[in-house]
Amino acid sequence: MKSKTKSIIKNQFRLVIPSRSQNEAFARVAVSAFASQLDPTIEEINDIKAAVSEAVTNCVVHAYPGDTVGQIEIIARIMSDYRADNLPDNVFYIRIRDKGCGIADIEQAKTPLFTTCAEGERAGLGFAVMESFMDKLKVSSKIGGGTTIIMSKRLVTKQSV
Amino acid sequence: MVEIKNTGEHVTADIKGDIDHHNAANIRSEIDAVLENSTPRVLILDFAGVKFMDSSGIGLILGRKRVLDGFGGKLFIKNAVGHAEKIIKMAGLSGLILK
Repeated sequence: MKSKTKSIIKNQFRLVIPSRSQNEAFARVAVSAFASQLDPTIEEINDIKAAVSEAVTNCVVHAYPGDTVGQIEIIARIMSDYRADNLPDNVFYIRIRDKGCGIADIEQAKTPLFTTCAEGERAGLGFAVMESFMDKLKVSSKIGGGTTIIMSKRLVTKQSV
Repeated sequence: MVEIKNTGEHVTADIKGDIDHHNAANIRSEIDAVLENSTPRVLILDFAGVKFMDSSGIGLILGRKRVLDGFGGKLFIKNAVGHAEKIIKMAGLSGLILK
């Protein structure tokens, strides 16, 4: 029988930034600095950095195209998942939300190499990076209403926070 | 940032720092400025100085490969380690890595 998981938020932060490309580096460094409380491996930190960079770049390039500048809200959480039969697992949770143009077809957008921005030399691998470097990825979107990305990763840490 | 060595036949671009969407445009235009004036047989993108890379780096590689393909040149990747190598392999570009 599968045991139930209870999740507790141990720490969190919220960051709201304008969708300027200069903020791509700021966002990934801020989120990875917060994640460092969990004493992650270098590989885990790099995975988180790349996933955040992709999600924020999508907001800059696609959600608010051209000269449009809108808000990007980032929430990062350190969670402890308790299962009845185990010690708690540390899970790093990230939610990135924009109020931009939205995605018409999420499955198509997630297809590797698909891009609506070929002239900008976008590789069409943003969602593929998020999906392969994080454990879970959930995308919800509404045309004209924006997009929300939720990602999480179980971190193999030396000790529970 | 990128430092370019051009011997005519071979061009090496030492890419330094982060390759993300914000920085890729500058790196791209610096390399393309060289490719406009010369048609090297080989372009080597050296990743030794790269501290971070996301899929913008893949766009940069594929875009330059397309330019080189246009005049029959070859593109190779050198010194891609750690996360840059992981993303390059994920994108199926292992064949461009110089052994």
